[in-house]
Amino acid sequence: MSSAERLILLNATAIMLVVAVPVIVLTLAFAWWYRASNTRAAYRPDWEYSGQIELVVWSVPTMVVILLAGVAWIGSHELDPRVELHSDAKPVRIQAVSLDWKWLFIYPDQHVATVNEIFVPAGAPIEFMLTSATVMNAFFVPQLGTQIYTMPGMTTHLNLLAARVGDYPGLSSHFSGGGFSDMQFMVHAVSGPQFERWLDSTHADHPALDAESYTNLARASSNVGLQTYGNVDSMLFEYILKATAPLAPSARSEQ
Amino acid sequence: MTLGKLTWSAIPFDQPLPMVASSFIILGGLFALGLVTRKGWWPYLWREWLTSVDHKRIGIMYVLLALVLLLRGFVDAIMMRSQQAVAAGGALGYLPPEHYDQIFSAHGTIMIFFMAMPFMIGLMNFVVPLQLGIRDVAFPVLNAVSFWLTASGALLVNISLVIGNFARTGWLAYPPLSELQFSPDVGVDYYLWALQISGIGTLLAGINLVTTLLKMRAPGMSYMRMPVFCWTALASNVLIVAAFPILTATFGMLLLDRYVGMHFFTNDGGGNAMLYFNLIWAWGHPEVYILILPAFGVFSEVIATFSGKAIFGYRSMVMATMAICILSFMVWLHHFFTMGAGANVNAFFGIMTMIIAVPTGVKIFNWLFTLYRGRIRFEVPVLWAIGFMVTFVIGGLTGVLMAVPPADFVLHNSLFLVAHFHNVIIGGVLFGGMAGYHYWFPKAFGFTLDKRLGLVSFWCWLVGFYLAFMPLYALGLFGMTRRMHHYANPGWQPYLIVAEIGALVILGGIIATVAQLVVSIRTRQFRRDLTGDPWNGRTLEWSTASPPPHYNFAVLPTVDSLDAFWRMKQRGRLEFPGKFHPIHMPGNSPNGFVTAFFAVVTGFALIWHIWWMTIAGLACAIVTLLAFGWVERADHEISAEALAANERARLRRTDYA
Repeated sequence: MSSAERLILLNATAIMLVVAVPVIVLTLAFAWWYRASNTRAAYRPDWEYSGQIELVVWSVPTMVVILLAGVAWIGSHELDPRVELHSDAKPVRIQAVSLDWKWLFIYPDQHVATVNEIFVPAGAPIEFMLTSATVMNAFFVPQLGTQIYTMPGMTTHLNLLAARVGDYPGLSSHFSGGGFSDMQFMVHAVSGPQFERWLDSTHADHPALDAESYTNLARASSNVGLQTYGNVDSMLFEYILKATAPLAPSARSEQ
Repeated sequence: MTLGKLTWSAIPFDQPLPMVASSFIILGGLFALGLVTRKGWWPYLWREWLTSVDHKRIGIMYVLLALVLLLRGFVDAIMMRSQQAVAAGGALGYLPPEHYDQIFSAHGTIMIFFMAMPFMIGLMNFVVPLQLGIRDVAFPVLNAVSFWLTASGALLVNISLVIGNFARTGWLAYPPLSELQFSPDVGVDYYLWALQISGIGTLLAGINLVTTLLKMRAPGMSYMRMPVFCWTALASNVLIVAAFPILTATFGMLLLDRYVGMHFFTNDGGGNAMLYFNLIWAWGHPEVYILILPAFGVFSEVIATFSGKAIFGYRSMVMATMAICILSFMVWLHHFFTMGAGANVNAFFGIMTMIIAVPTGVKIFNWLFTLYRGRIRFEVPVLWAIGFMVTFVIGGLTGVLMAVPPADFVLHNSLFLVAHFHNVIIGGVLFGGMAGYHYWFPKAFGFTLDKRLGLVSFWCWLVGFYLAFMPLYALGLFGMTRRMHHYANPGWQPYLIVAEIGALVILGGIIATVAQLVVSIRTRQFRRDLTGDPWNGRTLEWSTASPPPHYNFAVLPTVDSLDAFWRMKQRGRLEFPGKFHPIHMPGNSPNGFVTAFFAVVTGFALIWHIWWMTIAGLACAIVTLLAFGWVERADHEISAEALAANERARLRRTDYA
């Protein structure tokens, strides 16, 4: 998760623990002290109301919730997946498509595409547009933060940033059928020059992603491994978005 | 063609796992039927149980159904835990995905709809009329129909084990995955029809209990003299009446998609699956309060009784219950913060969700102050209650954490979420069910449950729960998502092995529960409750015999305060009633059992597209329902003399005579 999200988790947990820990301790303490065999403990069988205690028990949770509501309101706006990230580096646009059962990542500006892996320059904001060519899935790279649903015929938006060079595993976090567990991918955050070199080699060496190869790719399959395409139609994402029913039922059951 | 889609290939002869499992179930069932036939128990069963319209018998059957389905759901659970404990780093485990996916779908469906729901409805059915000081629910025959329709749904889910297969879509069957295009086989149809049939039963049960609570209280029992459990039952059943029609309509639309090619939630034809998400959670979030509110009620009764004190802050408890009831309809979107709604929408639903923590927190505090200056007797029910208070605070905390949208962005659908809802459903609903089971068992059967095995069961469940679900919280924070058949990261495996051990400890608790029942029945003559009041209770159910006569109260009690029975005992006003009046009680009715039989036939026929059988089954179900409804029932009257004799015999056994 991103550092901002980690901070919110820690803050919210800390705010609640201030109340939760005393409640747990008092529960055990009261249960122990007021056990029937303890002759020293007071017993007030008719004590059932105290205005002051009532005031406290309503206001303590209320105050906790007011604090947390502030955290939630500010956090929801600052960490809205649509909000673009500020950075000096040039953003990279990636269009992600969930297929049965693999991920297609299209770089519309660079005209390349990958399956089940993403290369990005470390420190550069990544602007994702996401959809699904099959059932719903969710795009999630736990170490980078926010997840978002991918839905057929609809686009969702997500902005992420890998601050440091490294490999970040990702997965689909919304169950999508038999090959769901294999919808894992890797995000490679590399240095700027390495990213350029990767682009050049991809352009040079790899096949084109056209209507035919996309149709083949979109067929239900799992464990397809990694693939790269060096020449991709920049309108492919829009085409996928409009083709609301990209697969006939027979195509899926073939697998 | 006459059998629709049904052929011999529907029975998975080639797959050993379901075949072995279903053979056990079939053999077990045949053995039970054989035993009943051999012992000549059929007339007794038919007369006293299958056609009974007594709310106590129906309540007991609900709880029995819940406990049996708990076993089935737990077998699913332990298979899932075993699969994830071994399927690490390239290993694929012992279950193929098509089984694993059915197992987690069946586990969720069974545990919510056929374990937790019947458990809570059963307790309410049994207890509410007794606590209200009345003789039965408002519509006794309808009550039987409700129960048997719930049982029909449970039966259909289990038939899918042998004939065909169950859904592989998760317990809420989200489209488009659950649409015909992606799930063409009968699994989703089993899911939908089982839940449509049992859903009607649940709705009728809700209407019945709401009517009972609003219109049929004992003389003098104003709303603010109702026990807290009755209040939570009222809130829960109001939610059933308001929410279950949404579920039925949602499933109805998905069925129209699947059966007649409509496009409510499909990818094409203008359908949109987001509608389903909103609708299913507009039912689904109230549903969790339908389950937890009666459990809260059980804890309120148990903590007050075993502390020897009135519940602290009764008015607060009532207000908190009704506040939760209303707020529960305003939070559904927190189940899909990651769908990409705007920040304002997410923040609104996040904050609404947190607001529910206020009345819930008030309840925890009030239980705490009920313990305070009490004289706590550590019987088994109160242990479940204290275990609940500690566990539920943790579950509530993680729940509020996920109500913060940016936190949910990294926790949604992860094992953290799985740990959270098991934390509140096991730690809340199941612990509540078990507390209620131990608390009211002597009332239902006239003898107490074995305490030692009860303690074993409680500690196994408590320790097992923490072992099984604390590792899942950690895994969720590491980014492991739910429903994974296998995973690449070997670092997750140790946590999942601990979780598996936790599941085995829970198995110990389940075995102890079964053993406790067997041992208690065998030694019942030593553990009889002759007074009707084994726990020094506070509410009216303890003022009648254990088990209560089928008319509950020879003379309806007159109520002039909260904790009516406690006050009566304090004032020593338990004198023999002067005058008895004859009681008119409803006779048995096979309506529920027979209607439900035809409902199973209809559901099965619809699942397999056997249209002639669908029409026949539906016609028979409706004709049965109406015919038995119109027929002059064999009601009977209990004479004043018989009542007086019964009461005299009972009071001779008690200390209060």
